[in-house]
Amino acid sequence: MGLALVLALIVAPEDADQGISQRIFYIHVPIALTAYFCFGLGAVKALLLLWRGNERYDLESYVAIHQGTIFGALTLITGAIWAKASWGVWWTWSSNQLVLFLVLFLFYCAYFMLRFSLEDGPRRARSSAVYALFGVALIPVSFLAIRLAEDFIHPTVFTREGPQMSGSMFATFAIAWVAVTLLAYVLYRVELAGKRLDADLRELREALQ
Amino acid sequence: MSWSQEELVAATYAVVFVFVLVYVAIIAAKLVRLQRETAELVELARARSGSDRAPDYAASVSGAHEGETGAS
Amino acid sequence: MTYLADVAALTRKDLRIELRGRDTLPAMLLFVLSTLVVFHFAIPDGAGDDAAYGLLWVAIVFTALLGLARAWVPEQEHGVLDGLILAPCDRSAIWLGKTIATLAFLLAAQAVALPAFVLFFEPLDATALAGVLLADIGICAVRSLMSAMAAAARAREVLLPLLVLPLAIPLIVGGVGAAVSADGERFLLFLLLYDAVFAVLSWASFEYVVTE
Repeated sequence: MGLALVLALIVAPEDADQGISQRIFYIHVPIALTAYFCFGLGAVKALLLLWRGNERYDLESYVAIHQGTIFGALTLITGAIWAKASWGVWWTWSSNQLVLFLVLFLFYCAYFMLRFSLEDGPRRARSSAVYALFGVALIPVSFLAIRLAEDFIHPTVFTREGPQMSGSMFATFAIAWVAVTLLAYVLYRVELAGKRLDADLRELREALQ
Repeated sequence: MSWSQEELVAATYAVVFVFVLVYVAIIAAKLVRLQRETAELVELARARSGSDRAPDYAASVSGAHEGETGAS
Repeated sequence: MTYLADVAALTRKDLRIELRGRDTLPAMLLFVLSTLVVFHFAIPDGAGDDAAYGLLWVAIVFTALLGLARAWVPEQEHGVLDGLILAPCDRSAIWLGKTIATLAFLLAAQAVALPAFVLFFEPLDATALAGVLLADIGICAVRSLMSAMAAAARAREVLLPLLVLPLAIPLIVGGVGAAVSADGERFLLFLLLYDAVFAVLSWASFEYVVTE
């Protein structure tokens, strides 16, 4: 557990940067990628739930999306700080990734609203699963939409070139990515175990009373 | 208020770190609550099934817990 | 073939309920017209002509969401949804019937709203209208599914817009782009893609959402 955190922090001193704000890239992008991965995992679990019908997948899908939303929020926050560092503003609509994450963040927040509004049971599990699948379908569609929207939304002067990474930069990035992914995985397992334990204890309590 | 670049970079990593810290704190609180609930349920089980079986279970549970907290 | 017959029957049921009750359509019409008038007062003078198209799409989406809020209520009130589920038809036929019916309502409302928009604000060309049609399909498809999801929930009127709005964002991009951009066909293609993906997804997953 601690290893992942330590890795993430060690990466920072290893940076070979072109402009110090580049350093943010090493944590912001892995967080974004990890968020995508979590949403994807949530959708896979959702599909498994619908297909196989095993109730375990509901909790796994939920926790995956839960982590994905947290990392998504982190993406937005770190992205905003990076925007401030690069361009001097906290937010810009011209950063496709930021806008995409905003849309996704709204979508997955609604996921939690859905879950809280429904009674526990197979109905809620299935509705959540379907919604999770819609989410991953939304990712590429939204991305396309935002790209197309550049056409008529006020063009700005802010662009960020895709980083042409030199060898050492790439290595740093790779390490950072692995570290963040590990962190997310660990958090996922911990959260899942906690929720499972909670459910089991509740069942035990009912059996004893 | 204008921030220097270094401050912003530090802020980014700090934000991530704080998030993780808060998360761990939440998990820790949850763990405490779950331990308490388990202890309650052990009491219930003990009251239910009499004293000969339950104490072994209680001993093994608290022993396991000590082992965990020692390791992590 | 019985599948299509089922769909036709379900669509006819919804349309007939509306024609008999006559409450949804007038409300939608009034809603969308009032919204357009509000927009006139809401846009500052120098905002540019294209801004009107954006507002048109806001009006359309919100009409589809709020004006159609009563679409599932008859089912809930009379337990009809449960009865429909027990019926020996493919569940997805329910979704298709509901989608087609709401599409009909939306188009009927737009038959008045769009001329009003042209009158009040800006002209609409063929690409823009095609965009409206394609986006309508998308909205109704997604909405039918999400309202089934929300039907079992406590705060269902608030929940439905929450669920649909993020999904509606690409539709708004498509619709406004089709109206505004020089290369409108790209946006029409995009709307077609959206409809294909999300209509199929809604159609296929409806069954899972309504079964107990």
